Amino acid sequence: MEKDIFLQQIRDQFEETDSALITFDTFFKQLEEWSSMHALLLIALIDAEYNVPVTGEDLQKCLTVEDLYNTVKSRVG
Amino acid sequence: MAFFCVNKIHFAGLAACVPANTFSNHQYNWLTERERSLLIKTTGIEYRRVVSDNCCASDLCYTAAEKLMAALNWQKSDIGLLIFVSQTPDYITPCTAVILQERLGLPSTCLAFDINLGCSAYVYGLSVAGSLLANMPGKKGLLLVGDALSKFISEKDKSVAPLFSDAGTATALDYNPLAQPMYFNLQSDGKGYNAIMIQDGGSRHPLNVHSLEETEREKGIVRSNAQMQLNGTEVFNFGLREVAPNIETLLQNMGKTTASFDYVVFHQANLLMNERIRNKLQLEREKVPYSLKNYGNTSSATIPLTMVAELGAELQNRPLSLLLSGFGVGLSWGSAAICTEPLVCLPVIEI
Repeated sequence: MEKDIFLQQIRDQFEETDSALITFDTFFKQLEEWSSMHALLLIALIDAEYNVPVTGEDLQKCLTVEDLYNTVKSRVG
Repeated sequence: MAFFCVNKIHFAGLAACVPANTFSNHQYNWLTERERSLLIKTTGIEYRRVVSDNCCASDLCYTAAEKLMAALNWQKSDIGLLIFVSQTPDYITPCTAVILQERLGLPSTCLAFDINLGCSAYVYGLSVAGSLLANMPGKKGLLLVGDALSKFISEKDKSVAPLFSDAGTATALDYNPLAQPMYFNLQSDGKGYNAIMIQDGGSRHPLNVHSLEETEREKGIVRSNAQMQLNGTEVFNFGLREVAPNIETLLQNMGKTTASFDYVVFHQANLLMNERIRNKLQLEREKVPYSLKNYGNTSSATIPLTMVAELGAELQNRPLSLLLSGFGVGLSWGSAAICTEPLVCLPVIEI
């Protein structure tokens, strides 16, 4: 699982936010653009690209992009 | 696994009725403009139909059934079965199907009852109506499937209001020993019973003085306990997890692949989820009709409404092999494989 590709995939889900503002340390749910639709977009992205589930509870627990990366990575195995 | 086959059922006709009253999500001012445009892009839903105060799901089904019976030139005395599948009956009791039996002028020899299901309603309803009618030589049946969930939805709930829409449908079935078999794979998981629910108003939580109090549950979600609640992420994950395997199991049991079918008609949940499911099954875009843009998620009615709105001309003019897949509230889900001969399919009716 390529970490940089993951970051780019996450950036692509936020059309209104300057990509440079989204790094592994970003608290993605605190982005101005964040909405509940983004939860579904992230779940769909991770399902499509990595074929693993991420629940609403997982998204609540993950604060930064790094947290989300680690969650997905642990499931990809 | 509930895989089974129903023989001797012929599809005679199909009709769908929606309220003329149309809400546009482009004008859904409970969201900001940016939120609206993301919602429309993600869900694929631009317009939704909303019944007036004096119209119920049963009224939409009634109109669809009357017009369909007239177009088929059916004798009402031949109708031996009426099933109404809905989560929005006229009353808690009695059941709505019996009221419709009388209203439609059907004989008292007609059996009539309700089934309470939503997103999986059409597939389940077909299996029940077909199984009964297969043992009723010479008889005809009406499967009436619809919902008017707008009556139980808060316009101030962004997680629900912009998605759901009202519709009622009628499917005319008759007994024919030469009809091709219908195959079903039906499933349930009550663990997710509260993922989509109306909490108050049944006997577990009877209506009480607090039931109608609207409170803010989270930002953008203001509703009462007598209104519908939806856990979007849970339902989304359920759809991604269960729908494709359910269809694959159906196909394996039949010894077929999706290549054998002209179209796959999914419950119209939202575009993002349906497209993920389509990709998992490696289905071509042209094989998967959508009615989401104009009619939203009409719950129990999505599959027959999509057949009428998107496949009407083909259903009338040529034989079709169809896979149908419903999934949601319950949680309940299932798929059906059916073959239709050219049938009577009316254009979408507005009242």
